[in-house]
Amino acid sequence: MKDPQRIHTPLTGEICEHLRAGDRILLSGSVITGRDTAHRRLAQAISEGKPLPVDLDGETIFYAAPTPPRPGRVIGSIGPTTSCRMDEFAPVLMKAGIRGMIGKGERSAAVREAIARHKAVYFGAMGGIAALMSACVKKAEVIAYEDLGPEAIMRLEIEDFPLIVINDTEGGDLYEGAPGRRSMDPGSADHRK
Amino acid sequence: MSAIREIPCDKITDTVADLFIGASTDLGEDVLSAVREAARSEGTALGRYALEKIMENAKVAQDEGLPLCQDTGLAVVFVEVGQDVHVTGGDFSEAVQEGVRRAYRDGFLRKSVCDPITRANTGDNTPAVIHTEIVPGDAMRIIAMPKGGGSENMSSSVMLLPSAGQEGIRRHIVEAVRKAGPNPCPPTIIGVGIGGSIEKSALLAKKALARPVGEPNRSDPRLSQLERETLEEINALGIGPQGYGGRTTALAVHVEMMPCHIASLPVTVNIQCHVARHKEAVI
Repeated sequence: MKDPQRIHTPLTGEICEHLRAGDRILLSGSVITGRDTAHRRLAQAISEGKPLPVDLDGETIFYAAPTPPRPGRVIGSIGPTTSCRMDEFAPVLMKAGIRGMIGKGERSAAVREAIARHKAVYFGAMGGIAALMSACVKKAEVIAYEDLGPEAIMRLEIEDFPLIVINDTEGGDLYEGAPGRRSMDPGSADHRK
Repeated sequence: MSAIREIPCDKITDTVADLFIGASTDLGEDVLSAVREAARSEGTALGRYALEKIMENAKVAQDEGLPLCQDTGLAVVFVEVGQDVHVTGGDFSEAVQEGVRRAYRDGFLRKSVCDPITRANTGDNTPAVIHTEIVPGDAMRIIAMPKGGGSENMSSSVMLLPSAGQEGIRRHIVEAVRKAGPNPCPPTIIGVGIGGSIEKSALLAKKALARPVGEPNRSDPRLSQLERETLEEINALGIGPQGYGGRTTALAVHVEMMPCHIASLPVTVNIQCHVARHKEAVI
């Protein structure tokens, strides 16, 4: 296996253009969290032309809701949720500036196409190793939608967070040809939100 | 007549709380040894890497008292109540709910339960899903199963045609795993419930997941054979750990079965991620 590349946020179109599906990455810098309900709210605010609680320009969003920290800890356990539930909102968010996405599992054709168009990237984080990943988070604070509890938007400072590029700007896809791949495409009866 | 044994609600609450906190941080030896075994035969470097991380995570979680996964689940509780038990000092269901409430608060576990329509969080991870069964005896067996949402989403119940037979059931199980692809955090454990009614097949599938990982169905040799054969077929799909490719797509298939209506063949496939948490106690 090739050694992982170290990358720092904010991600740019140029950084993303150099990433290829299958590349292992250690990501450092600032990212925001956001999952189901936060996505719905952000997309709704965008469609209504309302101000957003966080500037999405150049941001990397991590589909995650951590466990609460024990006293004295920065954060509890943290890891990715299944990304396909964010598929209906992801193209809108990329248009609003989101450059990087971190989650797990496969994306729809529309999202893969938007990643290429917006020179963005979708990283996979391993699911179910959240205690291990906790140590990569150096700072965490809630910055929006506090009422959502664990689903609130947080800003995280991460260091050497282990990721793998799943979808790149050239249409490269780690899951291409993999069993089940086509099941997530729009129009399929198996497409789950 | 057998003597009645009293079990106070406080005892039930304490037990449920301890079980959920324990299940959330300690990966059972059954899962660990299955992962260890799989890592020895996994053919892809990325697959082996993922399996090693799972073992490393289990160690960190235990050493630091951190939840194994950020998704500490919907609390599913199986309770086998001895028919000679008398629950005292309160409401049985509320005693279980209070145990869950306490575990998720005091164990710093994520509260992942919400209103299905407004999506407003209930704030304390209740209500738990409680399945009770009356059994002979004067004891109470409690199984705590925090169940993650990602793998649950890839599960389904179907009514197959009776003519589908064993071959149709086998195809259905493998197809469900193939369609789930990388989403349910493979390597997974596949719980299968065959027969009964639609809700009973789902319950059988869920309870199959409470069995120690890799322990075959001992009640019916047809089922242990089905478990072996489907596992082999699933691990030939190539999905691999985390969907990154490889042979370790599932660690085990657990099948439970009961008779059904002459017109029906209900089958539920309930998928469990590799963080297969289940702890039990007898009080």
